[in-house]
Parts: sequence; structure tokens; C-alpha cells
Amino acid sequence: MGWLSESLNSSIGKKFIMALTGISLILFLIVHLAGNLTLFIGEEAFNLYVESLDKIKPFIRVIEVVLAAIFIFHIVNGIKLYFENRGARPEKYAVNGSRKNSTLFSRTMAQTGSIIFIFLVIHLSTFWKAFNLDTHAADASYYNIVLEWFQIEWYAVLYVICMIILGFHLNHGFQSAFQTFGWNHNKYASLIKKIGTGYAVIMAVGFASIPIYFLLGGM
Amino acid sequence: MAEKMINLKLKVWRQNGPKAVGAFEDHDVSVSADSSFLEMLDELNDSLERNGKDPVVFESDCREGICGTCGLVINGQPHGPIPKIATCQLHMRHFTEGQTIWIEPFRAKAFPVLKDLAVDRSAFDTIMHAGGYVSVNTGGVPDANAIAIPKDVAAEAFDAAACIGCGACVAACKNASAMLFVSAKVSQFAVLPQGQPERYTRVQKMVKVMDELGFGSCTNTYACEAECPKGISVKNIARMNKDYIKAKVKTEKIELEA
Repeated sequence: MGWLSESLNSSIGKKFIMALTGISLILFLIVHLAGNLTLFIGEEAFNLYVESLDKIKPFIRVIEVVLAAIFIFHIVNGIKLYFENRGARPEKYAVNGSRKNSTLFSRTMAQTGSIIFIFLVIHLSTFWKAFNLDTHAADASYYNIVLEWFQIEWYAVLYVICMIILGFHLNHGFQSAFQTFGWNHNKYASLIKKIGTGYAVIMAVGFASIPIYFLLGGM
Repeated sequence: MAEKMINLKLKVWRQNGPKAVGAFEDHDVSVSADSSFLEMLDELNDSLERNGKDPVVFESDCREGICGTCGLVINGQPHGPIPKIATCQLHMRHFTEGQTIWIEPFRAKAFPVLKDLAVDRSAFDTIMHAGGYVSVNTGGVPDANAIAIPKDVAAEAFDAAACIGCGACVAACKNASAMLFVSAKVSQFAVLPQGQPERYTRVQKMVKVMDELGFGSCTNTYACEAECPKGISVKNIARMNKDYIKAKVKTEKIELEA
């Protein structure tokens, strides 16, 4: 399989990995947000949602491992690309004209990605840990765990900020993946861009609305 | 009518050789608003030489935007602030009285500075040697138009072939990636019937050499397209991505022959 690793390590191969893992994560976020929105229906609905996931735990564990692998590929490959790309221009320009020829979203993927990674670590070490590893009383409510965390002001604000940054990342990532797969078509490219921006806004607003809802509800 | 003159402060990159440490040198100039950017540098060099100083080294040839020899980064933008023109087509009327202009060479690991503003772009030639051609066997001259090609396909190939190989895409890209150049050279053949026999080996060979030469990877910022003097579209990059992935997945050959 020497040809495969050689192909994936080429410049286009690395882009392809970023696009493929990125699209997978984009799909995951839709499912994740849809589930989380049960929080707005009420305590019962959310607890029922989490418990129904609990019932198929072995399946969920497999999904989690796959998801972790996708994240790791996306992150490791992204870091590799960042340093290689920096190395391709050892001497920087005195005047940076990039504002005039590209979007902020497209230029800051490494920075927004790094912030999202830090967020991911915090997110897993609080919610994922609380839902999966911590022992609770038999009558403990998952809804209340969320409620307690999001009534901590700094924690809720951190979530909102990170979700806006996630939106930045997704806005470029969505259309960028299509370009990498070679799907840049006169008829559909502008539509894909619009869908990507719409998707990014829905994700950012959708996820950010949860901490805002609980924080304001607690005031 | 008297010529309109404007006064400018230039900050020109001076570097004695590939290994030397470079720095900006200040020059105050007064030029005709009708002169081109390169004519302004010519005048600057005249005065430098008159004073027994080393002239600023920069490249130019046709001075009508078709050869791709000239190329300066002017206030952070390859070929200056006006879209779809080469440095030689940029006129001083686009600058304002008293403006400071930073003049830098194209900066990329694969484009080492030779002296001052002149860089070595032979990396592009190396990529072309790897596959930027169609092999034509000798024999009788084929009839013109023997192969029917729809007008829009021919136009698409021509749009890609309009690339003058100046390197502004590399200079503009935050990753110093050569994807726009290489994809234009791949596309000009990939869309035409004459390019089909070598289509999938060509893309693999050219990308391989491009990677080896130290260009960065594309992150789809599209700065290349915005700065390209010929308006080469990033659709060519998409086409190259698709051809490359197809070539790697579908072709039976494992090793590329040299």
C-alpha cells in the first residue's frame, strides 16, 4: 500500500483528508445539534434522549471511536499542513496584502481550528465526562447537569464565543471541501457557498443558543 | 499640456544575492502620472547609475502584459493594486501624491531571490518538464479541425492556457502554493481531446514535482485567482484535484515512470 500513503501525503492528498474528515464532522454536528435541541423542549425530553442513547451504548462507543479517529486525522493533518505551509515562505512580506485578496475565514482556519480544539478538550472533560464517566445518584437528571454548568457565567460565555468561532471555521470549511473534491461547477458553486454560510450560521446560533438560554434562565 | 507629476516615497527591497540578508532602501521619486511602474523604476535606476550606485535589479521583457517576466509585490499585492494586469501595465496615476510604496520581490522558498527584486522561477520550468506537454509523434501534419471540439470547451482550454507563468499566484498565496499555475497547465490539456492520452499520468507527475520543489499546499483562500493578471479561475484547481484523486484511485499503475 505504498502508493496509498504516498498519495495521501501529497499536497492534494492532505487536502483530501482535510475535506473528507471535515465533511464527516460537518454531518456529525447536525446530529449533535438536533439532539441537543431537545433541551428546549424540556427536562423530560432531554433526559429521554440521553437515556435512549444509553440503551444502545455499545453502538455509541463504536461511533465515538470512529469520531475520535476522524477528529485526530483532521487535527494532526491540519497541524502538519500549517507548519509545512509556513515553511513554504521563510521570509514574510513587510506589507501583508491578504485582506485585499481573500476572506478572513479562509486565512484563519489554523487559528479558529486551534481554538475549537481547546474548546473540544474542555467540552469533553466537562460534559462528556459528566455523562459517561462520573457516577450519579439514581435519580440524577442529565438536564440538571447541563443546567448547572451553563449557569456558571464564564463557562457559558466561553461556549458562546467558541461557537461563533466554530461558525467562522465551518463557513470556509464547507465550501472548501467541495472545491477539494473537484466540485466547482458554474451552476452550483454559488449555491454551495450559500448553503455553507447558512449551515455555519445555523450551527453557531443553534449551539450558542443553549448556554445563552440557560444563563439567562438562571438570572 | 504639462505632464502631471507625482511625488512618491519608495521602499525598495535590496538584497545582494540569494544568501545575503536583504533590507528596504528608501527613495524619494517624482514621476509622471502617465509613466508605468517599470518606467518609474527605470528612471530611478538612471539616477542611481548617474550617482555611481548599484541599480535596482528587477525583471521585465515584453512590457505589455503577455510574457510573464515582470512581477513585483507592490504594497503587499503581486502586480499591484489593480486587478488583472501585470506589473508592467500598472500606471502611476493609480497612486496618490505623497504615497509610500513598498516594493518587494515574490517571496517563496521555491522562488529564491537572486538579487533585489529578481527571483529564480525556474521551479515552474521544472514542473513543466515533468508533464506540461502533449507527446506528438512525427508524421504527416493532421488536418486542422479534424477533431471536432465544441466552442465552449476550446474556450475553457484557452482560458487556462492564458496563464503566463508569472508566479503571482505563488506570491499571493499565504502558503506559497503553486496550485493555480499547475492546475492551469494541467487543465489546458485535460479538457481537450489531444490531452486525453496523458491526462492522468500528467497530473500525477506535475503534482509530484510541485510538491518536491517546496511549494505549500492549497487551502482554498482563492487569493491566487484575485491576484492573477490573467484571471485564471480556481475552477482549474478543482479540476486538478478531481483528476489527481481519480488518477490515484482508478489507474492500475502503481509506479510513475520517469
